[in-house]
Amino acid sequence: MNINATLIGQSIAFFLFVLFVMKYVWPPLMAALDERKKQIADGLAAAERGHREHELSEQRATEVIREAHEEASLIINRAQQRASEVVDESKGKAMEEAERIIESAHSTIEQDTNSAREQLRTQVSALALAGASQILQREVSESDHQQILSELSAKL
Amino acid sequence: MSGTASTSGEYIKHHLTNLTFGHYDGHWGFAHSAADIKQMGFWALHVDSLAWSIALALLFFLLFRAAAKHATAGIPGGLQNFVEWIVEFVDTSVKESFSGRNPLIAPLALTIFCWVFLMNLMDLVAVDWLPMIAGLFGEYALSMDPHHVFFKVVPTTDPNITFGMALAVFYLMIYYSIKNKGLGGFLRELAFQPFGKWGLPANLILEGISLISKPVSLALRLFGNMYAGETIFILIALMYGGGWLLGGFGGLLQLGWAIFHILIITLQAFIFMTLTIVYMEMAHNEH
Repeated sequence: MNINATLIGQSIAFFLFVLFVMKYVWPPLMAALDERKKQIADGLAAAERGHREHELSEQRATEVIREAHEEASLIINRAQQRASEVVDESKGKAMEEAERIIESAHSTIEQDTNSAREQLRTQVSALALAGASQILQREVSESDHQQILSELSAKL
Repeated sequence: MSGTASTSGEYIKHHLTNLTFGHYDGHWGFAHSAADIKQMGFWALHVDSLAWSIALALLFFLLFRAAAKHATAGIPGGLQNFVEWIVEFVDTSVKESFSGRNPLIAPLALTIFCWVFLMNLMDLVAVDWLPMIAGLFGEYALSMDPHHVFFKVVPTTDPNITFGMALAVFYLMIYYSIKNKGLGGFLRELAFQPFGKWGLPANLILEGISLISKPVSLALRLFGNMYAGETIFILIALMYGGGWLLGGFGGLLQLGWAIFHILIITLQAFIFMTLTIVYMEMAHNEH
């Protein structure tokens, strides 16, 4: 229990070591600790951000899929509509064509009938002339009786 | 036991005497007896205490410096992990109790905690080993009488060491008080609290005592605990000389006390650190 100069020595050593620690030990360690803290915080923030981005992109993906579905059904609808339109159109065209064909057939038939009738009339008049000449037993001058013959053929 | 012929009293006394260097009988040298030490007066050095204290501080410093040098923000290795654990513990303690801004306080607390802990830890080295080695060294290398080779290995059982540290803290306290509050502010706190200006003499006495009691209690608490612990270790060690039965019992006691002492060692280091932080906080803020 002797108090002596050891006390002074210890005080000096104490101050020196505190200074050393303050200068050479504390700052690098604290810097490393702070740096790591920052890194961890950054990592957590990045993870959080990634998570949010992931959620967002998932949401976007479902939206895109939904839109695609809508568009696809729209396109199908339109195609169906167009198809039925095309069918209707071609049906109408065919109908028209058919009518046209029928009409032309009718007109041809009429023409043929007319020409046949004309032919028949000519032939009948010739036949009638021949018949009449035979009945009269004489030659009938064509030129004399042309008018009568025409009237006859017109009546036929 | 350190000597075959010594009595219990001599054994204890031998264990509690420091290796003292100073001026006696007209020359400088190591003291051979208590009388020599008395003759040396104030200007003597406890070489063992100081050497162990500085060696342990160096151990602490170099260990932490090695960790600090290679400190990375990445995954810490074993040493860095350990050092960071202590540093974070001290940093938390400082942040909890100290509200000011001073880059000295945290390193101060770290130094105190680790240093006092290491000095206390020397208490767990069996009381005879190092003094015996020192005695053998003195006997064969320096041809001294081993009974005159004193060697105390626990620096904190030397009041010089604890008072040295407590007074250093005290200087810092005064320095920061005056720096932060001004000389006037510091003296005002001494003179006008707690009774106002009409109670000035009472204030001076009360505040003066409370101011002085801070380093004294800081030093004596540590010294008292460690000195008592060391003395009990020495007393238990005496039982080894009392035959197999007593020796075995002594061994058990020694083990039990050592395990209990681990708690005291850590606790005293922690208390010294925490009180220092609190005193520094008081020096930085009006109270």
